[in-house]
This record gives sequence, structure tokens and C-alpha cells, in this order.
Amino acid sequence: MDDKLKRDIILEHYQNPINRGFIDNNNYIKVNSRNESCVDNITVALLLDKDVIIDARFEGEACAICTSATSVMIKTLIGKTVEEAREIIKNFNNMINEEEYDSSILEELNVYDTVYRQPNRKNCALLPFKAVKDILGERE
Amino acid sequence: MRLEDFPILKNNIIYFDNGATTFKPQKVIDKINEYYKEYTSNAHRGDYDYSLKVDTEYENVRVKIKDFINAKQKEEIVFTSGTTHSLNQVIFGYCSKILKEGDEVLISKAEHASNVLPWMILSEKIGFNIKYIPLDSNYEINIEDVKKSITDKTKIISLAHVSNVIGDIRPIKEIGSICKERNILFIVDAAQSIGHLKIDVEDMNIDFLAASAHKMLGPTGTGFLYGKMDYLKETDPLMYGGGMNSYFESDFTYELKNVPLKFEAGTQNIAGVLGMGAAIDYLKEIGLDKIHEYEYELKKYAVSKLKEVPNIIIYNEKSKSGCLTFNIDKVFSQDTAVFLNNYNICVRSGNHCAKILKDEIGATNTCRAIFYLYNTKEEIDKFVEVLKMQDKIYDNIV
Repeated sequence: MDDKLKRDIILEHYQNPINRGFIDNNNYIKVNSRNESCVDNITVALLLDKDVIIDARFEGEACAICTSATSVMIKTLIGKTVEEAREIIKNFNNMINEEEYDSSILEELNVYDTVYRQPNRKNCALLPFKAVKDILGERE
Repeated sequence: MRLEDFPILKNNIIYFDNGATTFKPQKVIDKINEYYKEYTSNAHRGDYDYSLKVDTEYENVRVKIKDFINAKQKEEIVFTSGTTHSLNQVIFGYCSKILKEGDEVLISKAEHASNVLPWMILSEKIGFNIKYIPLDSNYEINIEDVKKSITDKTKIISLAHVSNVIGDIRPIKEIGSICKERNILFIVDAAQSIGHLKIDVEDMNIDFLAASAHKMLGPTGTGFLYGKMDYLKETDPLMYGGGMNSYFESDFTYELKNVPLKFEAGTQNIAGVLGMGAAIDYLKEIGLDKIHEYEYELKKYAVSKLKEVPNIIIYNEKSKSGCLTFNIDKVFSQDTAVFLNNYNICVRSGNHCAKILKDEIGATNTCRAIFYLYNTKEEIDKFVEVLKMQDKIYDNIV
């Protein structure tokens, strides 16, 4: 994928993120995630039906990388099983941290495959995944 | 001003994050190296020449600080690791002994975390109330609001001399005299004013003053606490151990050293303290009035230049320091900071550790540039030029 296309996808998700804002339903599991530099602040909410993520939403304020990554993540995770979601999170983490990963399961999340070139933004991309990891962790 | 004194500037960097820490002049670096290369040894411990030299130099820095802030005696200066340590020392070592349930402590919503969290933690234990002095329409503190906030229950007022987000200079002398009149303890966080403004603890009626060396051209990990002697005598140390006791025996009797040594347990940051002394010498050589005038001039220049740039929101046009807090409208502050970094310009983005100020200014995150003596109008021109190219802000996002 060329850089211009990646940039377009990221900006589209930044300016028009998917599922921003919560709806009134107590069945969503919410976790807040902030990064240590005390700027990005995202709360992710998942709605599960047995082992399937049937909806994901978020609220919060964050930079372009973090907000867009949250949106792309939500798009990717809806409809996945918890096990599939865990695999996606693991491989996304590996991609950001320059370790071996399976790009075939990351779908549109592959647009972040060069974030490692900006070390100060790695945590921005990883932040929403941290929240989802916490939510799924709680289910074990 | 004196750019040649700062070796790091050879890296062609435009550094406006002087509220976080400052660059160090060669003289400060040399002093630290001198200690490590020429006469490393511990203070207050030895009978040999090196130790005596260190001891003399170390204590001499106390005198330099005493003169710098016009304290009455050098024993009123306690070396600490910085402002945060100093504030915690006062709050947990002294205020914890005088506060009772129902008492009131006045702070503001524009305080740094270090002047908020210790109070929150202590109030959970004691049950006193933390009250906020309101901020005016420029997010500044005026003396009338201080007067209105004081009640019969007010025991302590604790404020930054210069706030780290807005950069407003608080009317410290006026507040100090009210505190004296009303018998209120007055604590001043000087993290953002030390090395920028003249401080006179006697004239300003300051009871405790906390400061860091690294914000005034000195090294990190060093700072000081000033306290009036009568209060320091009543203050408990936070740490116990070597260097702060006169004796202790197997029958559990002990005696602590006098102020200030009873607060300086363990081997101190000697290189840091000597570096802090060199920073004070350097600042005095130039003159704080001249530094303040220069940095305020840079701020006014930046404000006037930014008026030519569309979509720039300035939050603190009126404040009279070198601090400029801004955003590009509808752009997250971190994205602006990363964009500026592409042109080697360093600004801080975020909430600047003043997490409750967002209630007041209606912006959770801002960019902050604080100008200092080694910044120039040419650097501000470059900064303004980059902000004019704001339509390119996301070009390098991947």
C-alpha cells in the first residue's frame, strides 16, 4: 500500500471515526485507556454475545493516530470472536513493535505498518488495543 | 542572548519547551564535570582535603541560594531533588501537623499536580477542605478573588508564583502580606518563576518556597526548599538515615541534626547542587530583570506574529511572562507538536500536569511554548512560518 493511500485512510478515520459515542445499554463493557504522556484518553466499549464481539464503540479525545487507530480497530473487531480478536491484537502489537506478524489477519489495520518509524507515536496506535485487551482479559 | 554559552544549540534545534526543563550553559556543565573529574568525595563526612573542598563548595551553594532569594540565613535552605520533593516535604512534614478537620487550604485550578495531589492525599487522612481561588476571565488570579476566598477556616494558601499553563505572574507580595495579616501559612511553588523573576522571600512574606535547579539552567534531580526557620524547626523529615542524625544508640535513643541537615538523609546530589550554584552565578551575571524583559518581549513578538496566522487560538495573550499557550483550531495539540517537531521545533503538548485547569479554559489539551534567554525572534519567525503551513499537518503522518 502506498503512503498516500495509507494517509487517506488514516485521515478519513480520524475525521469521521466509526462508532464514536456511547449508546444507552448497560451490556457494553467499558475500559478507559490513557497513555503515559498524559495526552490521549480513550474509552472503548464492547458488546459481546457469548464469544462474539457484536458491537464496539468509543469516546474520548486523542491525536490523529490514536483516534483513527481506534476507529479502524473497531471496524476490524466487529463480528470477530474473542479468540480472533486476541490474535489480531497480538499481531498488531507485533507489527508496531517491529516483530514478526501475520498481516493477512490485520485487514485495514495494515495502514499502521510504518508507525514504528515514529517511536513517539507507537503508544498512540497501541492505546485502544490496550483497552480491548483489558476488556477481554477480564472475561478469562 | 548569549547563545554561544549553550553547547546544545549547535544541534540546530529550536527549543521552546523551557517550562519542562531548560538547556544548560557550558559553565554549569563544567562545574559538574569538575566535581567528578577533580575532587569527587562526599560532603560532611571526611577529614581529607577533597572532602573539605566538597563540603565548603556544597555549603557555599546554600549561601548563594540564600542571597538569590534573600533568605535571612543559609540554614533556611534545604537541598531537595526538586520542586515536587520540596512541596511534599512541606505538606507532609509540616502541614500535616498543623491542619485539622474542617480547616481550609486554598489553591487554584491552574496548579501543577505537585501542588494538588499531595493536598488531596493529606486531606483524605485529616479531613480538611481544599478550596479553589477562582480564576478571572484571563484564567489569572487577582487579589480581590484571593481576599474573597479567605474565611476564618483558611489555614494555608499554596500557589505557584507563575502558573505553568497560563504563565501569569501571581501577585505574590500582596497575597503574602494578606497571609501575614490573617496568620495564614503561605507556600509558593516557584518552579516556573525561579530563574525568570526576582524572588524576595522576606519582602514577599513567603513562608515556604519550592524550586528546581533544572528549570533555571541547572541540572536535573536537584532543587531546594526555603522555609522560615521557626517553621523548619517544627517540620519532620520525610526520610531518616545517614547524614541527618547526631547519634543513635543500642538502647534506641537518638538525636537528629539541626535544620537543614535533618532533612538531607543519605548522600545528596552533590554534583547537582554544585551545578545549581553555577547556574545561579550565571543567572546573576546576566540579571533576572533583563532575562524577564527579554522573554516577555519574545512572547509579545510571537503573539503579534501569530495574529497573521489563521486558525490559531491563543489562551494567554495577556500573561506577562515568556509563556505562550495555543492550539490550531480543531487540531489535537499532540498533532501540532509532532508537526512542529518535523521542523526541529520543540513545544509541549498536553495538559501540562495541570489536569484540573481544563474545567476553566474549556480545552483539555494545548500546546505550550515558553521562551527563555537563548531563544530569538528569528526562531519565532520560523515557528510562525511552520504554523502558516498548517494545511500540511498530516502529510508526514505515515
